[in-house]
Amino acid sequence: MAGILLVEDDPAVRIGLELALTRQGHTVTSYASGEEALEHVKVRRPEIAILDVMLPGIDGVEVCRRIRRLDQLPVILLTARGDDLDVVVGLEAGADDYVVKPVEPRVLDARIRAVLRRMESVASDRITFGDLVIDRGALKVVLSGREVHLTPTELRLLLELVRHPGQVLNRRYLLRAVWDHTHVADSRLVDACVQRVRAKIEAVPAEPEFIHTVRGFGYRFSPP
Amino acid sequence: MRRTHTGLRVRLVFTFTVIAVAASALVAGIGYEFVKSRMIDRAEQVAVSDVRDTLEGIRVPIGALWPGDSPPTDDEISALQKSLRPQGGRVVVRYEDYLYPDGDFGISDVPADLGVRATQRLVAKRQLIDGDMWLLIGTPVWRIEPIHTAQPTGMTVFVFAPLIEEQRLLSDLRQPLALAGGAMLIIALGLGLASARRVLLPVRRLGSAARALGAGHLDTRLPVHGQDELAELTATFNDTAAALERSVLELRSLEAMSRRFVADVSHELRTPLTAMTAVTDMLSEEAERLPREPAAAVRLVLQEIARLRTLVEQLIEASRFDSGTATLNVDTVNIVDAVCDCLAMRGWTDQVRVNVPQGLSFPLDPRRFDVIVANLVGNALRHGEPPVLVTARSTPNGLEVKVRDHGKGIPAKDLPFVFNRFYKAGARGDGSGLGLSIARANAQLHGGTISVRAQHPGTLFTVWLPPA
Repeated sequence: MAGILLVEDDPAVRIGLELALTRQGHTVTSYASGEEALEHVKVRRPEIAILDVMLPGIDGVEVCRRIRRLDQLPVILLTARGDDLDVVVGLEAGADDYVVKPVEPRVLDARIRAVLRRMESVASDRITFGDLVIDRGALKVVLSGREVHLTPTELRLLLELVRHPGQVLNRRYLLRAVWDHTHVADSRLVDACVQRVRAKIEAVPAEPEFIHTVRGFGYRFSPP
Repeated sequence: MRRTHTGLRVRLVFTFTVIAVAASALVAGIGYEFVKSRMIDRAEQVAVSDVRDTLEGIRVPIGALWPGDSPPTDDEISALQKSLRPQGGRVVVRYEDYLYPDGDFGISDVPADLGVRATQRLVAKRQLIDGDMWLLIGTPVWRIEPIHTAQPTGMTVFVFAPLIEEQRLLSDLRQPLALAGGAMLIIALGLGLASARRVLLPVRRLGSAARALGAGHLDTRLPVHGQDELAELTATFNDTAAALERSVLELRSLEAMSRRFVADVSHELRTPLTAMTAVTDMLSEEAERLPREPAAAVRLVLQEIARLRTLVEQLIEASRFDSGTATLNVDTVNIVDAVCDCLAMRGWTDQVRVNVPQGLSFPLDPRRFDVIVANLVGNALRHGEPPVLVTARSTPNGLEVKVRDHGKGIPAKDLPFVFNRFYKAGARGDGSGLGLSIARANAQLHGGTISVRAQHPGTLFTVWLPPA
């Protein structure tokens, strides 16, 4: 189904995940260290990267950060714990989603598919909000004439907000619509992704003009 | 504690005062009595010798009359009274059957016993008449003239000498004595309070230090002053506190080490579990094609991997609570959605009846709320009987969520311990023994709590979360 780059230092876990993902129809290339994986990203073009956070040498978060510098390759982090700093730091570094070890292969597969689905086009039209032009067909966002590079997740979030202009969307709704999370998941995914989108499309991210926070409820897209 | 030490102070001050007052009263009393008796004795001696001298000098013919004598006239008696009368005094004379009162004083003012005794010899007595002290001297009158032999005359004189002057002097003396006594009392009270404070202050300090120690301030120590028993006690207290601090620190470090160990072990277990979990789906699919017995073996392994995973997850969660690193990510959450998501994710939707108002939303940590509901419902499904009911409502005190099953219930003796770690009422099931304790820790992290009550039939768990 998809070309997956897997980075995991523990051989047993690496082999286990390789077996599971291959069986689900993906093509897996795996590495034991971040440095090797970064070399691979430059040469071959995987469709998605799955990174263990705890790695010898440069860690998963740093690998994610360096991948983001190169392109918008979707990244899923494999973390040891659900609610510590790993997750926050990883999401700030640009990760699209995270799963907590030990992860069931079904869950991991669902997340991979959800992330990849975000790359599919929604409809072929073009909407303009002042300086901001969103091309839903070409999956391109142009701000003041220059193209803005959004990851599939960021784009999907922006499109979801744009589809309901002026309406407050709560985090649970966004988690379902963008991440396909069917259970109570981490609202930090949404918050971190909104921050990243703001950083790319807002002139002053601290005083947003497009995506507004509605405290206690969620977010609202209302162009100036 | 406080009562005894107020009591001790009162007792000390009281004793001090009583001793001081008793001593000063004794000294003042003895002095007063001494002065009084000396003064009155002197007045008495003077008065008596005056009376005696005067009587020796009288020439009035009384008693058995001698040739040439004529019975005394009233004038002669008055003259006698006058000569006997001391300054401000009175003289009552009884001669045979005649009574000669003096002013408002009569024979009725003379006590009967003195009246009788005074016919034989000179007697003196102090007597209180109308509130004033008088010295009453009664004496028979003898006649020596003219034959130089004393003969009774049948006349008795009663001289009332006033003691007003002495009385005034004594009352003048009483006033400074009373003043001195009062001053003594105040000084005694002050000294008593001061010494009580001096004695009790270290006792009070020891008391509050002991309380601080009990409250967990194990570094509490007191300065040791002097060489007395209290200083010794303070030193003993310091030694005891130091010993206690040492052993508590040891225990704490041991406990921290063992917690750290559990946390480390759990984390280490996670890696092999991740590898095993990764291939569970594949194995369970393959098991379909295996012969019956190996298939059963594979399913057993898979089932136990799942159980081990739950156990490790909960151990890690519990050690996070122990180390205080558990954090709260509060969001306003629709309760119906949260409960339904929790049930749907675990495939319990058909087995549980949910009764939650549609619009009910509440600020809480959705992940932790999910853990609480999942643990309580999972527990009810595993150990109870259907129907399992989840209800929630908003109260002025916050959010109340109830999970009720209709099974046999938990034995009353086990009920108080169900939230203890690894406490399993009844048969050992597939639960880890940590679920309820983690559920409660999650509620407590919100500032809330979970309580349990037996129902007929079944068990009711009530979660309460305060408003943010």
